[in-house]
Amino acid sequence: MQVIVVGLSHKTAPVEIREKLAVPESRLREALSRLCSYPGVREGLLLSTCNRVEVYAVVEELESGYGRVQEFLADTHLSLSAEHLTPHLYWHAGDRAIGHLFRVASSLDSMIVGESQILGQIKDAFEVALTHKASGLLLNKIVKKAISVAKRVRTETKIAETAVSVSYAAVELAKKIFSNLTEKTVLLIGAGEMAKLAARHLIANGVRQVRITTRNFQHGLELAQRFNGTAVPFEDYKSELAEADIVLVSTGASHYLVTADDVQRAMRQRMSRPMFLIDISVPRNIDPAVRPIDDAFLFDIDDLHMRVEQNREDRLREAAKAEQMVVEEVAVLGQWLQSLEVTPTIVALRSRTEELKRREVDKILARLAHLSSEDRAAVEALASAIVNKMVHGTMVTLKAEAKSSSGAAYVDAARRFFNLEETPAGYPPGQADFSELPDENIAGNGIGRLPEASLVQHTSKEQGRRVR
Amino acid sequence: MSSVFFMLTMGLYFVSTVCYLAYLLRRAETLSKVSLGITAVGFATHTVALVARMTDTAQVQLPTFHEALSFFSWMLILVFLAVEFRRQLHVLGSFIVPLALMSLVTAAAFRSDEASSLQPVFKTLWVHVTLSMLGTVGFAVAFVAGVMYLIQDGLLKSKRFNVLYAKLPALDYLDHLNQQSIVMGFPLLTLGIISGAFSAEIVRGTYVNWNPEQTWAMVTWGFYFAVLVGRLTIGWRAKRAAYLTIIGFAGVILTLIGVVLKSHGSVS
Repeated sequence: MQVIVVGLSHKTAPVEIREKLAVPESRLREALSRLCSYPGVREGLLLSTCNRVEVYAVVEELESGYGRVQEFLADTHLSLSAEHLTPHLYWHAGDRAIGHLFRVASSLDSMIVGESQILGQIKDAFEVALTHKASGLLLNKIVKKAISVAKRVRTETKIAETAVSVSYAAVELAKKIFSNLTEKTVLLIGAGEMAKLAARHLIANGVRQVRITTRNFQHGLELAQRFNGTAVPFEDYKSELAEADIVLVSTGASHYLVTADDVQRAMRQRMSRPMFLIDISVPRNIDPAVRPIDDAFLFDIDDLHMRVEQNREDRLREAAKAEQMVVEEVAVLGQWLQSLEVTPTIVALRSRTEELKRREVDKILARLAHLSSEDRAAVEALASAIVNKMVHGTMVTLKAEAKSSSGAAYVDAARRFFNLEETPAGYPPGQADFSELPDENIAGNGIGRLPEASLVQHTSKEQGRRVR
Repeated sequence: MSSVFFMLTMGLYFVSTVCYLAYLLRRAETLSKVSLGITAVGFATHTVALVARMTDTAQVQLPTFHEALSFFSWMLILVFLAVEFRRQLHVLGSFIVPLALMSLVTAAAFRSDEASSLQPVFKTLWVHVTLSMLGTVGFAVAFVAGVMYLIQDGLLKSKRFNVLYAKLPALDYLDHLNQQSIVMGFPLLTLGIISGAFSAEIVRGTYVNWNPEQTWAMVTWGFYFAVLVGRLTIGWRAKRAAYLTIIGFAGVILTLIGVVLKSHGSVS
């Protein structure tokens, strides 16, 4: 059984291919059931965003599994053939597939490293897979882990702390001048796209008063309605300056709309309350001579770009830390996956029961010293017979279910019933109650006993009594 | 016992200062927690040292320059811990703890068990010293806020978005802290000066005799009065307020030096 991922992303495929493969939400269910209907595909999860289309699956056999999933992808769009797709696809299996999901969830593989949307998209995809029962024991565990890894990365690194868009950089700067944006007034001069975006960010961060002025007053009115602000006639914008804490300028004008004199006058009226001016226009609309004026802070498009570039570097530095976390977490999950292999489980079960039998038989034989060697052999044979019969059913079931879709679940259950090793992370140990057991049964049995284990001991104890 | 704890406090504040200064330049957030922990322990030992000293010298009943400075340092850290607790403003520690350490080191230089630079008077002197020192704490915090304001203002103006920029709070918060500190400090200093005048009247029969240190105190008082009025009426805030409070604090320091250096040995 193998966990695999086959997919493509903004790193490997152009948008022309990605948009063809993208599965709209309305068709997710159908796509998932088609995926799971391929022979050999046990579990499936389909992650489709504008930057990536990925299929996570649990398959019986690696090579054929890859083939099936690729076939599935090629089938999603009529104009796509497998040959078309192959150069853009990546394939990962096992730890690498899991690591890939962890990296994607933590936004390490995103176009903008550290963006938070992807985690929500993964949660949605998982939700769909869960409701349509496309995912099972393995994928459920892996995806849940991926979500928790992403959260850990988010809280333990500063990967998502800084602004990586010009419009958001303006908000970040505003917050270094004004600790609380709610009482502040924004004056929007002109309505360039970036300025509108910045205004929207500012509103999202608490700004309530928005004044808008554009050359076309009608347009200004429309915008004012959209931002829940007030439109100001273009001729009046200079008199509005003094009232504005944040001035956002982006017009197509080829000269300075706001001069140093304007700002100086406004600052006098403001009695040196700080003023934050952002000029997103090219050519610039605010005279750079404003810069030296006390308590007026002017930033132009280059300043904002520089800030974004710096933040991007910071994020990459934090990403290196996050990569390390991903490696750690993959190792943890890898251990759990390994424990789900059938053969080692059967071996472990055998040696476990053998060990229990040995101990009980030795104990009873030590007390029955008068027995002849034949009788001793009989006692031993009896113990073996009972123990073997007890676990026989379990072993047969494990072998039979090894190839079925719920094989891993059986293995997991068997390991827990027979306490074959410390429980994997995420599974609380059973609450054992040893109060009714005689002390000798507890002594020397090590720690971490589970009820299942003591059940087995009970049986051998009964056995000993009857023999006597 | 007091001196043991006093030395211990000095050691702790020294380590904390080093940590806090390193915190200014490093990205490591844990450094601020370590520094805060050390400062808190230092504050505890300082409290013990102060209490022990009070009980030791109970029969002497006179405040010395050493005690005044030690108390100043203690109050400063108390204010810092309160602000840190409410606002999680770690970087404030990088400015206040060094200041507290400096005042403590100066206090150590004036530590003596018999002769004191302040001559014995009456209990009013305790009131005078306590109130003046509380006022001074307010001005010290205003000074620190002013320094932080000017640094952040400079970084924003020159567009140097470095580690320090990231750690310093918003300009208007610093301006607010500056204002609050003066609003609190000024009435305390006023009461301190009035109680000082009463002490002087009891000792010498005159409220004021305009010795250099008294003159300085009055000049400082007048200066802060102007700063406060200017802020509330004609908008002396932001950068200007930052500069003014830094100058004002320099005046306070000069007054304190005056207290120590004055040769005639009388009080206020």
